Amino acid sequence: MDSLIPASVSTPDNSRGVNAAFSRWARTLKHIFAENPLSLIAALLFVAMVIVAIAGPSIAPYDPLQTNAGDPLSPPSTKHWFGTDSLGRDILSRVMVATRLDLGIALSAVLLSFAIGLSLGAFAGYFGGWTDRVVGRIADTIMAFPLFVLAMGIVSAMGNTIGNIVLATAIINLPFYIRVARTEANIRRDAGYVEAARLAGNSELRVLFHHVVPNILPSMMVQLSLNMGWAILNAAGLSFIGLGVRPPEAEWGIMVAEGAQYIVSGEWWIALFPGAVLMLAVFCFNLLGDGLRDLMDPRKRT
Amino acid sequence: MIKSIATRLLGAIPNLIGVIVVTFILTRALPGDPAAFFAGASGSKEAVEQVREQLGLNKSMPEQFWIYVRDLAQGDWGTSMATGQPVVTELATRLPASLELTLCGLLLAVVVAIPLGILAATRPGSWIDHTCRAVATAGVSLPTFFSGLLLAYVFYFLLGWAPSPLGRLDPYLSAPNHVTGFYLIDSLIAGDLETFMGALKQLALPAITLGLFVLAPLARMTRASMLGVLSSDFVRTAKASGLSSHTILFTYAFRNAMLPVLTTLGMVFSFLLGSNVLVEKVFAWPGVGSFAIEALVASDYAPVQGFVLAMALLYVVLNLAIDIAYGLIDPRVRLDA
Repeated sequence: MDSLIPASVSTPDNSRGVNAAFSRWARTLKHIFAENPLSLIAALLFVAMVIVAIAGPSIAPYDPLQTNAGDPLSPPSTKHWFGTDSLGRDILSRVMVATRLDLGIALSAVLLSFAIGLSLGAFAGYFGGWTDRVVGRIADTIMAFPLFVLAMGIVSAMGNTIGNIVLATAIINLPFYIRVARTEANIRRDAGYVEAARLAGNSELRVLFHHVVPNILPSMMVQLSLNMGWAILNAAGLSFIGLGVRPPEAEWGIMVAEGAQYIVSGEWWIALFPGAVLMLAVFCFNLLGDGLRDLMDPRKRT
Repeated sequence: MIKSIATRLLGAIPNLIGVIVVTFILTRALPGDPAAFFAGASGSKEAVEQVREQLGLNKSMPEQFWIYVRDLAQGDWGTSMATGQPVVTELATRLPASLELTLCGLLLAVVVAIPLGILAATRPGSWIDHTCRAVATAGVSLPTFFSGLLLAYVFYFLLGWAPSPLGRLDPYLSAPNHVTGFYLIDSLIAGDLETFMGALKQLALPAITLGLFVLAPLARMTRASMLGVLSSDFVRTAKASGLSSHTILFTYAFRNAMLPVLTTLGMVFSFLLGSNVLVEKVFAWPGVGSFAIEALVASDYAPVQGFVLAMALLYVVLNLAIDIAYGLIDPRVRLDA
């Protein structure tokens, strides 16, 4: 019987610990959102977008590719909330289904730049010397181009596929990640804990990846979230001019392009809804990025 | 001073080499056999060999690179398959249209963004500060191709204030004599006010679209830099010395605050030249961007490469100009160089 007492005591104790941690966490969140209510809106939007990206095809009211010759160019109504396009396809369904593709392209591109930029930048900043010069030259050469134009060139040279859109978007964003990683690695190169790790007999590579890189990650995450909106814009811009995604596939940029010719004759809904959702997505990521940056480094608040 | 300009000129050379190397790699990165691609789908084996010979694809890479650079220097940037004209000629005839649009967009952005940024910085926390922040965040979130379409819908279809968003000039007006290639300037030189107004009306919407997009980074930077300068010691001293707030703001703070803004202009130009392509497509603007898009869609390869190279060269030159201007404005930089 005695042995049961600690067990029964430990349960409320434990839950109190969890509760305390949770309420502390909730307080921090409440504080952040109270200070910047826009972040709360952005966070809610983000959750909604992720849900639509995951569940899009199953919750869309119509088949996004199903043409309907009897009902083309019909304005928004209770039947088709966002109206239908020139082939009678339901725009709401197409916008919902496109979420996964658009966010997917941007996320893969950003993760790719993150991984490559982190390793190149960390090496350059930590070792210095010729590594630094070579990596710096790569970054400068990419930055010597107007970035969207370089992306056009890459996609046209490597072939007009979605994979190459991801690659081109990753390449043009690479310099920003390299710079952040390089600076952060450079200022930590001779920090006390790094010296200590070195003196303890760790190899240089081990010090870099176990002691320096983990400390770079927070700034890199901020860079990633700041960059996400720009990556979405960029990928949508490329498909707007006819690169990457091919019709009849649903994608925001290409849907705006399809609606462009109807704008001058007054059929606004074809381009408006995908464009507005695209804008909202970019806006949401920019706000989240700003919020995250303020959290990490309040001095950079603008 | 000439020495400092010369140093900056030399500093642009690595970028120039980088740009040429990358465009060379891009011309060779075409998947599959470029010779077979250029010979066309119906090309026989001999034709493919002949094209290979012509393009120098059977030579070693360094040799090919040398030939590439030599051709570029001689103005041989390849031929457009669609029009049969040399790419350089095609680009040169369309460049003024693009530049006119880009510069007007930039001018609009600067005229709005800098006063907005200064007002926001002098009244932190006021409604104008919040407006500035909202504009800055919304502005960078706007896809230019979408905001352009919205403007066309509102001002052409709904209000009827703007002419139809197609091209640089109404079909019933004839283009002014070619002097600079800028319709606004050329029509003024010719003294033709009707053409000037026509060109201005066509230009307004695309220029506003471009301006809206680059306004955000400019306003943001002006505000941040102005805030920094206003809290600095020399401004405090100027205030303590009893100088008028007008003198402090414009003579002391403004000139110092503009330096970081000038550096961001480089990034702004990168945005401008990129979104220019999208805006040209939306408004059927007959510039280099539309030309490149048409070529892209038709898999016409040389014009796209020529376009990328031309834009990159233009961008290198613009950055160089910014760099030199910076040296001229800021004596501290001049002394360092």
